[in-house]
Order: sequence, then C-alpha cells, then structure tokens
Amino acid sequence: MDMPQVMRGSPVHDVVVIGSGAGGGTVAHVLTKLGVKVTLLEAGAMLNPARDYKEHKTPADYPHRGAGDDAASYFGRKDFGFFSAPTGYWEIDEEPYTVAEGSQFRWFRSRILGGRTNHYGRISLRFADYDFKASLLNDGLGSDWPVSYEEIAPYYDKAEDFIGICGTAEGLRSAPDGKFLPAPALRVHEHLIQKSSRKLNIPCVPSRMAILTKPKNGRLACHYCGQCGRGCVTASNYSSSQVQIFPAMKTGLLTVIPNAMVREIITGADGKAKAVSYIDKTTRTEKQINCRVVVLAASACESARLLLNSKSSRHPDGLANSSGSVGRNLTDTVGYSLGGYVPALEGMMKHDTDGYAGGHVYMPWWGLEQKNKDFPRGYHIEVGGGYGMPMLGSFNGVCRSHEGYGAGLKKAILDSYGCSVGFAGRGEMIPNAKSYCDIDPHVVDRWGIPVLRFHFEWSDYELKMVKHMHDTFAAIIEGMGGRVNGPKTVADTARAISTPGEIIHELGTVRMGSDPSTSALNKYSQAHDVKNVFVADAAPFVTNPDKNPTLTICAMAWRASEFIAEGLKKGEL
Amino acid sequence: MESTRRDLLRNVAAAALLGQLSAEAMQHVHEHAAEAKKATAGVYKPKALNAHEYQTVTKLADLILPPEGGEPGGATAGAPEFIDLLCSGSDRMAQIWLGGLAWLDDQSLKRYEATFLDAKPAQQTELLDLIAYRRNDTPETGPGIRFFEWARRMVVDAYFTSPAGVKALGYKGNVGMQVFQVPQEAITYAISRSPFKEG
Repeated sequence: MDMPQVMRGSPVHDVVVIGSGAGGGTVAHVLTKLGVKVTLLEAGAMLNPARDYKEHKTPADYPHRGAGDDAASYFGRKDFGFFSAPTGYWEIDEEPYTVAEGSQFRWFRSRILGGRTNHYGRISLRFADYDFKASLLNDGLGSDWPVSYEEIAPYYDKAEDFIGICGTAEGLRSAPDGKFLPAPALRVHEHLIQKSSRKLNIPCVPSRMAILTKPKNGRLACHYCGQCGRGCVTASNYSSSQVQIFPAMKTGLLTVIPNAMVREIITGADGKAKAVSYIDKTTRTEKQINCRVVVLAASACESARLLLNSKSSRHPDGLANSSGSVGRNLTDTVGYSLGGYVPALEGMMKHDTDGYAGGHVYMPWWGLEQKNKDFPRGYHIEVGGGYGMPMLGSFNGVCRSHEGYGAGLKKAILDSYGCSVGFAGRGEMIPNAKSYCDIDPHVVDRWGIPVLRFHFEWSDYELKMVKHMHDTFAAIIEGMGGRVNGPKTVADTARAISTPGEIIHELGTVRMGSDPSTSALNKYSQAHDVKNVFVADAAPFVTNPDKNPTLTICAMAWRASEFIAEGLKKGEL
Repeated sequence: MESTRRDLLRNVAAAALLGQLSAEAMQHVHEHAAEAKKATAGVYKPKALNAHEYQTVTKLADLILPPEGGEPGGATAGAPEFIDLLCSGSDRMAQIWLGGLAWLDDQSLKRYEATFLDAKPAQQTELLDLIAYRRNDTPETGPGIRFFEWARRMVVDAYFTSPAGVKALGYKGNVGMQVFQVPQEAITYAISRSPFKEG
C-alpha cells in the first residue's frame, strides 16, 4: 500500500474554489470572464455528458430495465434511480454523516463535476422583497438579509440572461418577474389543474425553469424529451458543468482538479487563509494548494463542515466562526405530496406529453394577504401528470389498488395510464435553535476528516403548513372532478411532512448579516473574520423561502465574484 | 457504432453553432440510444433459477399478463429473463423468488399432489386467486400473498417497459420535437368531460 504523503509548497494560485455546483460553476464562469485565474477542486470525478448521461435511453435498452444489476431500484438504495444523471446519493459509503438521537436528517450529496446541478428540477424562482427582508411581513419571525431584493435584482438579471430561464411575467409580489424565454404549451391535465386552481383563487402560471425554449449562448433549444433529470446531452437545460465549467476551461484560465476531497483551509500568521489542504482520492495523497482567495461552494453543510474543521490557535472554533453561528440555522424546505385520479382524462387520445421534465405550470404563493391562516409565510405548488415514459414502478399504484392478475389487471393499467395527477408543496421553514449541524466528536470519514452530525426539528409552524397543503391539493383535485389517493385528511402531520433534508434545499449554515457577532459573512458573502474567504453556495442564506434556492445561489455567487475580482484588482484581497 | 456516436456528436456540435438542431438530427440522437442497445445473442440462459424454477416463472408471467389479441404476454415480453437476471445479481431478490417459488410448489403439492407447473390450469388459478388479494391474508397464505405482490409488480414492470408494453400503452414520447404541441382535440375532450365544460 502507498503510504500517505503530504505534498506542500505549490505555487500561489489566485482563487481556489471548492465545489463545482451552481455556486462554484458561477464563480468559475464569472471570474474567468473577468480575467481571473481559477483553480476548482471537485470531490468527485470528471464528467463526460456523452458517456455519463442516459438521456435518451429507455428501460428496454438495458437487460435490467433500469433496476441496476444489483436490483438497487427495487430496494430503494438509489432514490433518483438508475437513469438519474451521475452520482447523487443519500449515502456515500466512504463519507458517512451522523444524526443526533431524536433527530432525522437525510443529506444528499453529489460527487461529480457539476454536483447536484446535473439532476436538479431546474425550477428557477426569484426570491421576493419580503424573502430578503423578513421584517416586511411583521410577524416577528426570522431575520433580515444584509441585502435587499433591489440590490440582488441586477444579479438575477445577469444569471437569468446567461443561464436562460423560461416563464412568463405575471406581476405577482410573491414571484418577481425575470428575464424570461417563452414558456411551452400547457399539457391537458395542466389545463384542468389551472381551471380548478383559479376557481379557488389560486394563481396557476407557467413554471420558471432553467431550460432553453430558444437557442442561447451557443446552446440548443430544448427538444422536449422530458428527461431533464438524467442530464441533457444538448445542454439545453442548466447544469454548471456544461453551461459554465466546460466553457470556462476553454478560456485557459480555469483548472479543474477532480477527486479532490478538501480537508481544511489553512491560515497564515496574519490570520488570512493561505492554503487549502485536500486529499487526492485516487492516490490517497494529501496535498496543499496555496492561494490568495478561497471560495467555499461545496454545498451549505459541506462548507460549514469545512469551516468547522479548519481550526487553529487563531480560529479555535473553526474558521470564520467567531460568532459561533457556523452550522446553526439549518433549514430545509417543507415538503408534502398528494396524488389524485382524474376520470375526465380516461380514454383521451394518446399524444406526446413529455415536454420538459416537471410541470409546465405551478402555483406561486397566494396567501400573503390572508389573515386567518395558522402558519407563517407560505408555499408554492408543483404539479405532475401525463403519459410519461413507462419505467420500473410506474404502475405500482395500480397493482396495489387493483390487485388480482390476468386480463383485468392489464385493462386496469391501460385505462388508468395518464389519468393521475400529483401535487407537491414546497414551503418555507423558519430557522429554529434545535436545527443545526456540528462536528461529530467520534467519527471520521475514509479520508480521516471529522464528519457532520445533524440535529433537526420541525416546529409547529411547518406542521400546520402541511395540513394546509393537503387541504388545498385535495380541493384542487376534487374541483377537477378527481379523487384523492388515500385519506381525506392528514391525521398525523409529523409523519406526513418530508424527512428533514429530503427536499435537498438544506441551507443557512454560514449565514450573512451586518452584525459580525451574530453572522459569519458580510453582504458580499465574505467572512467577517477572514477577508479572503468567501462562501458561494446556499450556506449564506438568511431565510429559506418557498422558492428553490439554485437561481439565488447563482445570483449571489455572481455578485460575490465581481466583488472578488474587484478586490484582487485593487490588491485588497 | 463508435463512428455513429462520433458523427452524432459532431452533428450536435455543428448544430450548436447554427443555433438549432434539425428535426432529423434530433431524431438521430434518440435513435442512437436504440442502436446502442446490446444485441442479446440467442436464447437467454438462466443464471440464478434452475430449469424448473425458470419454467414456473415463465408460467406465472403469462398468467399475470396473458397474451391476448395478438399482443404478447408477460413471458414473451421478457419477464422471466428480467427476474432471473436480478436474482443473479442480488441475494435479496434471489431470496424473494427462490423462497416464493418453493412456497408455491409446496402449497400446490399439498393441495393437488403436483408442482405448480404440473397442476391443472384450474388448480393454478385457484391457488393464484387465493394469493392475489390481501383480503385472503392468513398465517397460511401470508407468504404467498407477499410473494405474489412481488411477482405481479415485477412482471408488470417487465411487460410495460418492453417494446410490446410501450406499444400497448400508446406512449408516444422520447422523440425530439422542435415545438412542444398539445392536440386541441385532446384538450377539448378532457374539458368536455370535466366540471369545466361550461367554460
């Protein structure tokens, strides 16, 4: 066996970015565009979309039909399935995490260039003015960001302009308009859902997705195969690897080092970061890379872990943590789903409903002015339905409800194909003191790095929201003449609510704020304590609104990148 | 095959410069996936199940989804190969199938003095009628009911992911489109059957 060896004394790099998802990809893109040399460390492998994406395959293209040779999909080991774009896992054997007694938490990580942008839903929603300034809602909950919507809006513009978001301008306060490409047509079930929603005074508008409906920046328009979650060979949807990192590599200013598992950030006598120490996973060799600026973009919890593990005599509680806030304020989106069966769709002529993956419509939060609701803040609704590509498990529901066998079973499946609709609520969680992550004092991963331990508790606010979600979805389903699958009411909201972490919107663990005694970063995502350390994933978020975080990660990372480039030019970093 | 793939990627790259992919090129992207499918040479040789077990699974597959009106049944659609392959790669799956098939034969021998495969058609369906419904759940039938849930689920999966099953369903997707369109006829049909028919 090779002995682990430590290699030090590399040349000084300008900017080292840790992580290659939405945040790291945006930083690599913006900085190289501004002429700054960037070195990007990715804990996973290099990506080759032509080889790694299974976009156009069908289950019949594989003898195992998508179950994996070890029947994994039947036993739930790979939740997003065999066809999902590469390597996203809840459990990674060599990188465990722990969950404190009495808590639940699932931590989804991706170990490949582009991270979770390879397979995320591409839902791209701007945060509203009140999402940045919680105080505007006058409910006494949460904290304000040190930036306002107006300050971030130009960066939303830049990110949308570059990435390409389809949608429509609607003039809703809860869902600020952006720079949109045209939205595609509504599917049949979406017409029904829209009519039913509007009858309940719930707005139902075209979704806003990081998917090109027109060619843009050298990328092709969507060809509507409906398999966005598998990764897109034509790069018609946004993934940081194809849209930002590969083009940035072509400039010659970006170096990507894959299989680099970062251990810690090392500081010099002046208290500033001077190097990043990482393990080359392929050789199990520890290396150090010297740099002027470090940008953490490893995902909210991984970035918190890195800061907490970067202890020194100058930073005894971890780097950028004199406030003690690193790891605190952990939130995930509130999730709840409900399906229904719609007889009006039975016997409809078969047609191609693939479109882009996910609903072509969604319901932005409509209850801002409502006085009688018993939970704070709100949620949006995502919808599903249509004649999807038949996959393993597509007809589990019919098999369960119909039972039996023979011609009758087959008829039940054929009759019900395409008649189901699904609703998923995505709601805001208010940060609470019981939800945080810290370093487990007893466990290290395969690379010898102490692991994260999660503590998590939903509060009554979130549980009450779930009940409201159920009642709303049921009303929409019944309004279109449909039948709700399962019980009419939610008896046990604590069981019905998504498992913490499951919606994969964990964030807030390295929050920004104007007061260094209560926050880790300033309004430019720069550490209060260490001027040349920045965080460019969702860790800086002060609130976790119902909107999916990716677009805001891109906008905030864009802004931080311009600040870094300016600081380097002025010699301030 | 490799040259096809290279050609395709060149097409995609060239199209990117022009700003659009022709319908033909889009279709090519999709057809490539079908071409890339490994040709399975000859008859499938079971890897995990013995000959008797494999024949029993073949029988079960056609009982669960029988051939009808020119459409193949579960057996021809590849359910036995699929089930055997997964059993060969997963101890957990093998346990479900080997145990379930043994239970089925044991019950059949006790009731009809013949294995499930050798029992008369009426006897086979009598036994399946017992284990195909949760309402029949007793300590005696429980293992059979659990097993049949797996058998039904996997035969249905294999059938409806096969070309024959996709055809029976009428799935039209997984092709390239330049504009996403929804037939007005379908919209009108669904609305006319919904509570919104009055507009």
